[in-house]
Amino acid sequence: MILTALIFILAAGGLLSWMADRWHPGAAKWVALATAGIELVLTIWLWLQSASAMALPAHGGWLAETRAEWIPRFGVSFHLAMDGISLILVVLTAFLGIVSVACSWTEIQTRAGFFYFNLLWTLAGAIGVFLALDLFLFFFFWELMLVPMYFLIAIWGHENRLYASIKFFIFAQGSGLFMLVAIIVLVFVHYRSTGVLTFDYFELLNTAMSPSTELWIMLGFFIAFAVKAPIVPFHTWLPDAHTEAPTAGSVILAGVLLKTGTYGLLRFVVPLFPEAAGYFAPVAMALGATGVVYGAVLAFAQTDFKRLVAYTSVSHLGFAVLGIFAWNPWSLGGAVMQMIAHGISTGALFVIAGILQERTHTRDMRRFEGLWSVMPRLAAMGLFFAIAALGLPGMGNFVGEFLVLMGLYRASSVLASVAAVAFVASVVYALALVQKTFHGENTHGWQLHDLSPREMATLCSMAAITLWLGLYPQPVLNAAPNTANSPPAIAVTRHEVNVE
Amino acid sequence: MNPMPSALHSDSLHFDLVTLSPLILLAAAAVVVMLAAAFYRHPRPVMILTLAGLVLSFAALFLPHGIAGIASPQVTALLVLDHYALFFIGLIVAATFVVAVLCYRYFGGDESRHEALYILLLLAALGGGVIVASSHFASLLLGLELLSISLFALIAYPRFTERPLEAGIKYLILAGFSSGLLLFGMALVYAQLGTMQFVKIGTMLAAPDRALELYGLAGLALIVTGVGFKLALVPFHMWTPDVYEGAPAPITAFIATVSKGAMLALLLRYFLMAGAHQSQPITLALSLVAVTTILVGNLLALLQDNIKRILAYSSIAQLGYLLVGFLAFDPLAIEAVAYFLTAYFVTMLGAFGVVTVLSGGFNNGSEGESHRVTERDSDRLADYAGLFWHRPWLAGVFTAMLLSLAGIPLTMGFIGKFYILTAGVEASLWIPVIALVVGSTIGLFYYLRIIAVMCAPSSQAITEPTMRPVASPSLGESVTLAALTLLLIWLGVFPAQLIDVLEGTVVDLT
Repeated sequence: MILTALIFILAAGGLLSWMADRWHPGAAKWVALATAGIELVLTIWLWLQSASAMALPAHGGWLAETRAEWIPRFGVSFHLAMDGISLILVVLTAFLGIVSVACSWTEIQTRAGFFYFNLLWTLAGAIGVFLALDLFLFFFFWELMLVPMYFLIAIWGHENRLYASIKFFIFAQGSGLFMLVAIIVLVFVHYRSTGVLTFDYFELLNTAMSPSTELWIMLGFFIAFAVKAPIVPFHTWLPDAHTEAPTAGSVILAGVLLKTGTYGLLRFVVPLFPEAAGYFAPVAMALGATGVVYGAVLAFAQTDFKRLVAYTSVSHLGFAVLGIFAWNPWSLGGAVMQMIAHGISTGALFVIAGILQERTHTRDMRRFEGLWSVMPRLAAMGLFFAIAALGLPGMGNFVGEFLVLMGLYRASSVLASVAAVAFVASVVYALALVQKTFHGENTHGWQLHDLSPREMATLCSMAAITLWLGLYPQPVLNAAPNTANSPPAIAVTRHEVNVE
Repeated sequence: MNPMPSALHSDSLHFDLVTLSPLILLAAAAVVVMLAAAFYRHPRPVMILTLAGLVLSFAALFLPHGIAGIASPQVTALLVLDHYALFFIGLIVAATFVVAVLCYRYFGGDESRHEALYILLLLAALGGGVIVASSHFASLLLGLELLSISLFALIAYPRFTERPLEAGIKYLILAGFSSGLLLFGMALVYAQLGTMQFVKIGTMLAAPDRALELYGLAGLALIVTGVGFKLALVPFHMWTPDVYEGAPAPITAFIATVSKGAMLALLLRYFLMAGAHQSQPITLALSLVAVTTILVGNLLALLQDNIKRILAYSSIAQLGYLLVGFLAFDPLAIEAVAYFLTAYFVTMLGAFGVVTVLSGGFNNGSEGESHRVTERDSDRLADYAGLFWHRPWLAGVFTAMLLSLAGIPLTMGFIGKFYILTAGVEASLWIPVIALVVGSTIGLFYYLRIIAVMCAPSSQAITEPTMRPVASPSLGESVTLAALTLLLIWLGVFPAQLIDVLEGTVVDLT
């Protein structure tokens, strides 16, 4: 019940803020803030409730479940369930929801009601994705979150918004259709072997199929998640979409939507197709490692603040992909940690980019220079999140990357050393970002006012979370391997295949 | 097909009349409306009578259910009003109802004399109903001609304007041509088998070592071609964009839905009853047609700047998707086709409904000469710039319809596409399924383009002088569009109810 509420609160809040704007201009953001706030309180309450449950390995990892008939003709049910990994991703989503409302507070002046409607519906779709355990329902939410995101970019985006929004939508939808076909094929393979037509995740686990079928179906899923994650050859939509989106859109895209891709790999690709994922893992890990290095190198070459941050996402999510396909407790814990930490730190960098753009109307780093003297608080925050992104010990990203590398080393030492190179590259781009933007003389004569209390509160809370993740990562790690180990058989086959 | 015992003969006649009542009521409504128009020439009562006739006919659909145990759905060798036929008649009648509502203001409302339009609409609906209920070549041809002849009169109804007239003539030539092909095909099939009843053809071919010979095969190919013209499948699609663009917007909606839907329902019935799907070359050709239809329809839509033309190509592509489900030829395929077709009806009616509402339409001068308020429908992409901000509800409806065409969740289009994919995957039709995926990805581009234009900020200064007199929708139009949108979303989120109905329709055909 509570799970359904998590989705419907956001959906209803979205409608309410749209209507509120018609009655009373300016009310929309308060409604949106209240909605996101209620959502966050609920999710944190859930977390505190379940903290004890998660410590017990015998629990099976599932904290809450809801199931209702939906389309009996196809064995589709409205099946939501939450385990540790969904829980922390939902918490992340709710937190970034508040951040994105806060950072749009003054940025969005036109059609605010419709803006917050789209924002909250994107979040509702993402939470649906994290909770759905019926493949049809999962796909439903997967597609559903695209439409409001499209509107966010297409209406409130920057100069090149139409191109970026259409590219984003076509990449995501096209790859999603391949996943839909794969889902249907999987369901029919299951139907032919058991006579039960169902889209339920638990029933489809351990479906017997021939290796080639399994590989093809897995590829159908993989392509959708690879586009969303993004894994390197499928990443080209990301820099455009992230750059052109309004600040809140960028925060949600980087913090939440990309996570749906890695979550999909973790939840569906490996558990549903253990064998195929086993022999596909070297390819996936090679792509992940390529992404890590390629993203970092391209990030360094950017002059657009948001574009640079966008490419760092490619690099960071590469680590998550590596961690998932290395599939051992360390790397999985690292992957989940990386997902959360990246959500916070990259989100914060986009917030900073948004603040800069709102004040200077540019994102071109060649036109910044010397902002430290003008906006010391913003610059300090910028420095903090830049070094968080480069993976300094004590910050969440370090924990994630370190654990991934540790786990990855057991699977493939070559890839681990390739990925480790990215540490150097990330230092280069992160420091270049700080250098170009904040250091030096204020040659352009910027006269800007520093962070407002609202902005300060947003960024400080994000900084605190980053530090907490870095210094005491255990709560997140508790949640992660719990899921990862729940089908232990998978881990075993994975290793056997990998040894060969 | 069981001959009734002779003692029950008069009873069976009675039951036949009850069974036929939806079609009889449509025909009667046409006559009543014609008489009413002859004695009291005023559009409002005529339209109300038309709507009443349609409602009665729709209500009569539920009569035969009540006595299903007694009456056979087969009425003479010509017509069969099984659940399948009843479902599609219902769809056609409902669509005609929507079109009739949309026509009223568009064709000038109270001040104009467009009563004949409603007679034609009723006749066309009757034609469609006969087509979906036919189980014999003769009744098929009868229904087809009734539909086509009414249609080209409808298309060219504003007969003093250039574009509708041009479109009407194009459709006339096409309709004649395709009917000719169809007739010739029927003749060839008859030449081999000596029967024109679908069921008999089926049983004859089902006999061992009996298959279609060259005659019959050529006949079947000609029938498929003739139907292909009506369905605007590639390569028989050339006429579609021109006719769609030229015809008055509500009539375009009628062509896109009733005419195509009836033909497709008939084709599916023919294939299943007459066993045409067992002929390998024909199914192979049809899958080739499906693939090219999907790809060509979507690719050509990318090049258009006119909403009606985009929708025309989009409807070509949608028919291609339908064929993918169609080719599975099993109970699931029938369900899939029926669901997708319902979704397609709702969506196309909604989309053209928005175009209708935005268009000035026609007005009647005192001398009975209809002339346009504006020189064309509001069908250029530029007419929709910033629609989201000055007509939010209308833009919202249009967006919902376009998203449904694109197959996005929360709409019927999504469930429809899911159904079609399921049928295709179940029958292992890999190439058409891949074509569907690729095609609908391409399709996103032009749907999003319209949506993007609608949410573009309209700079009032530029558009104001060129802005056409804004037509305000009548109450009927608003209610209809709202109802269509709600239906689209309701059945997109809770499709189970409709699926239950569809499962009933499948029983009769397999």
